[in-house]
Amino acid sequence: MRRILVCAGTGCVASHSRQVTARLKAALHAHHLEDKFQVDNTGCHGFCEQGPLVIIEPEEILYCRVQEEDVEAIVTEHLEQGRPVERLLYQDPVTKEKIATYNQINFYRQQSRHVLKNCGHINPENIDAYLAVEGYQGLQKALALPREEVINIIKQAGLRGRGGAGFPTGLKWEYTFKAPGDRKYVVCNADEGDPGAFMDRSVLEGDPHAVLEGMLIAAYAIGAQEGYIYVRAEYPLAVQRLRIALAQARERGFCGEHILGTDFSCDLHIREGAGAFVCGEETALLASIQGERGMPRPRPPFPARQGLWGQPTNINNVETYANVPLILRRGAGWYASLGTAKSKGTKIFALTGKVKNTGLVEVPMGITLREIIFNIGGGILEDRGFKAVQIGGPSGGCLPAEHLDLPVDYDSLTAAGAMMGSGGLVVMDDSTCMVEVARFFLNFTQAESCGKCTPCREGIQQMLAILTRITRGQGREGDLEQLEQLARVIKGTALCGLGQTAPNPVLSTLRYFRAEYEAHIRDHRCPAKSCRDLLAYHIDPEKCNGCTRCRRRCPAGAISGEAKKPHTINLELCARCGTCLDLCRPKAIYVE
Amino acid sequence: MPGVSLTINDQKIRVPAGTTILEAAKELNIAIPTLCHDKRLSPFGACRLCVVEVQGRKNLPAACVTPAEEGMNVLTESPAVVEARRTIIELLLANHPLDCLTCEKSGNCRLQDYAYRYGVKKTPFEGTRDPLPLDDSNPFIIRDPHKCILCGKCVRACQEIRGQAVLGFAFRGPATRIVPPLDTSLGESDCVFCQNCVAVCPTGALRDKYLAGKGRWWEFQPESVTCPFCANGCHFYLLRKGGKVVAVAAGGAAPGRPMCLRGRLALTLIFCEEPPQPQIKTEKGFAAVSWTEALGLEELAGKLWPK
Ligand SMILES: Cc1cc2nc3c(=O)[nH]c(=O)nc-3n(C[C@H](O)[C@H](O)[C@H](O)COP(=O)(O)O)c2cc1C
Ligand code: SF4
Ligand code: SF4
Ligand code: SF4
Ligand code: SF4
Ligand code: SF4
Ligand code: SF4
Ligand code: FES
Ligand code: FES
Repeated sequence: MRRILVCAGTGCVASHSRQVTARLKAALHAHHLEDKFQVDNTGCHGFCEQGPLVIIEPEEILYCRVQEEDVEAIVTEHLEQGRPVERLLYQDPVTKEKIATYNQINFYRQQSRHVLKNCGHINPENIDAYLAVEGYQGLQKALALPREEVINIIKQAGLRGRGGAGFPTGLKWEYTFKAPGDRKYVVCNADEGDPGAFMDRSVLEGDPHAVLEGMLIAAYAIGAQEGYIYVRAEYPLAVQRLRIALAQARERGFCGEHILGTDFSCDLHIREGAGAFVCGEETALLASIQGERGMPRPRPPFPARQGLWGQPTNINNVETYANVPLILRRGAGWYASLGTAKSKGTKIFALTGKVKNTGLVEVPMGITLREIIFNIGGGILEDRGFKAVQIGGPSGGCLPAEHLDLPVDYDSLTAAGAMMGSGGLVVMDDSTCMVEVARFFLNFTQAESCGKCTPCREGIQQMLAILTRITRGQGREGDLEQLEQLARVIKGTALCGLGQTAPNPVLSTLRYFRAEYEAHIRDHRCPAKSCRDLLAYHIDPEKCNGCTRCRRRCPAGAISGEAKKPHTINLELCARCGTCLDLCRPKAIYVE
Repeated sequence: MPGVSLTINDQKIRVPAGTTILEAAKELNIAIPTLCHDKRLSPFGACRLCVVEVQGRKNLPAACVTPAEEGMNVLTESPAVVEARRTIIELLLANHPLDCLTCEKSGNCRLQDYAYRYGVKKTPFEGTRDPLPLDDSNPFIIRDPHKCILCGKCVRACQEIRGQAVLGFAFRGPATRIVPPLDTSLGESDCVFCQNCVAVCPTGALRDKYLAGKGRWWEFQPESVTCPFCANGCHFYLLRKGGKVVAVAAGGAAPGRPMCLRGRLALTLIFCEEPPQPQIKTEKGFAAVSWTEALGLEELAGKLWPK
């Protein structure tokens, strides 16, 4: 039986992939093809921008942006007559060529999909689909080994936490294993609060059993009998798929009492979080699971010693757990051969912004930013100039073109003033104002600060006030020094990682784009022409034909002039709305 | 003795494992400023005023919640520490009504003390917080959210000593505030006006209404007394001015128990030269009552002086 895979990730569902599935099933029925083709809903393929995606197996034909009305053509032309529907194939943004199979597309070809291998290829709501791709074999292997040995394998593999800071996972497990206490817990951090990030969501939606399997292996290794998955309530599909997966795993004896007939028992629970960014911080997350306000507390004691209800608790990120079954199945040596000396394996990034191909990409650690942005991402939209890439989410930093050849690993990124974070990659072109970018991220962190400690609550607010003034053209001499001073104090004294990293976007843009700040402050000029309050609209008298269109439509009444004579703009009155710029046919209006 | 040895400001000291840097420094008579710490309350680490420099660490850890470790080398007044403390005070003052001239708390205010200690005369920052209403809904406590520095002491005092949990944190980021349930007022809440929260508040954000207008701390000759009305031994101050007791202020609850309103009222009645008319909460709000009623002695009084 051949398979037709229809993506049912959040992105494709939003662009009506459910209707495509329904129509497809109806069409197969109508054409009496039901015995020959099986329609499977899968998780996200990472190429949501091109969704809804439909893949025909085994020939690996990828159809993009499939709508209900395209289904008939797929069935009659492709399934019945073996002629792929040309117009639905992916078009390379660079060569404009139509590409038939997903393995030939640059976006996929240059990735190394190990953790995401099943995402988009198996039905996440069917445990047999997971078992068919060697699912739960890692758990089986682990249960046959002493606990210490399982921890050793993770240590040898060199796996580091994918939730941001990159702490060695094996070491964390060892601490929790050695911590005194009979009741221990495993917790999965599925809070994913970074704006624009969706790697964890995709893994949960596309391959939920891999996360459960990783957690169960961890639970066995540290000696935990219970675990929690803390997932944000804004991820209803992930929650639903997790519930299904958990029920199926329990039914088949992978979870619960006497797992696989051994004397190891462990049950997992799902907790829906209200979705505050700070609840991703581990101590706040634990407080939230316990039903308290999600506020971080000082460490030590670390959760490995005193976590949930004061008991030793191991907390890892979704992607970290999803790596674990792979390591058990394929061995620590295989895993350690991927990546760099100190950052092993692969990392999933959410590539967004001004690149041609946006989506989820999984790449080996150590790949350069240039390879990700220009090879996989296909380069900058409209072939504009690359300006910077923001990496690591709100706590990360912006790196300029001179860092394009930087290898992407934990330590290089930190040294350059950014960080791995959870894996957001936002590409910016030359129309992006870096002061505004810093302001944007600071605006996010200030609103998300839990408000507990002074430097974070009050300090970020003051930094934001200064940045806002600068983007409005009210910057003053001394502002940059004050920003740096505040940043130094906040980073040095804040209670949790949120405050300690919040100034990073400001510091990295100040480091690489200081001149842009200075232009705003000294010359009241925004070099990227993006800060509205700093723009001046002018009319070129040579080009203006006096058509009066702009004068009649200007909402501020800022334009004057007689018909058939050049018009002028009164800058005092102009509200910088941009209406006239769009209206003017001879393009006489320009912005400075 | 099992413990750890460390150096603080070039002085060596040995302390039991688990001792915080703050406690270790105290043994050496080194005073580290604190706003949110109170040894009777659970560790919180929020104000960050107590940060110190520990050699080899990138961040400045908070002394009140960081355990002393073997071989630590701590500086409590290094340039980085002083810069951080000054900035933190300046940040706190950015949204603070600087009306020390008429503030009841003046002279007994930790924020004021530390601003003096670190020479912070004014703040370089502009205030950004919205005006908030004053909570004047009851006869015992004035709650002035503008003077609150969100140290969380009142929240912990009410929860951990009193067990009442009237006060809590609400909202996020710069909008964070301490509020009674549902952001109403103390008068409408289940507050029993024990004044535990007032006793721990380091600023003028929570004030004893009986004290309003009676004088300021330096004008009083406070006498520390233990409440004689039950066996627990809560702590109060008799505030004397010119020899007369003008008010009784809450000092703090005895370990592991709530402080009670009755103890303070009784002390007020006994010691104050002009005790104020007591009020109790009824369904319709607060009402002036007799002292016997306020102290719950009606039954007893009925027996002693039958009508
Ligand atoms: C403000 C803040 C937000 C965080 N958000 C997340 C998150 O959404 N998901 C996550 O896995 N880790 C997040 N972390 C990191 C976690 O606290 C923790 O380090 C991580 O879950 C540990 O797992 P790992 O070792 O597998 O990375 C956040 C940290 C901070 C300080
Ligand atoms: S750094 Fe910010 S988020 Fe973290 S505890 Fe302090 S106020 Fe809360
Ligand atoms: S729309 Fe353009 S051409 Fe017409 S009056 Fe305005 S500036 Fe001149
Ligand atoms: S930008 Fe808007 S307000 Fe300014 S002149 Fe043009 S239309 Fe008028
Ligand atoms: S609370 Fe303290 S700092 Fe604030 S006005 Fe009163 S005395 Fe001054
Ligand atoms: S007076 Fe007592 S009960 Fe009322 S808020 Fe303060 S501590 Fe809580
Ligand atoms: S009211 Fe007083 S004790 Fe409570 S948080 Fe504010 S400053 Fe601290
Ligand atoms: S949701 Fe379909 S590709 Fe991401
Ligand atoms: S006293 Fe230590 S953080 Fe407030």
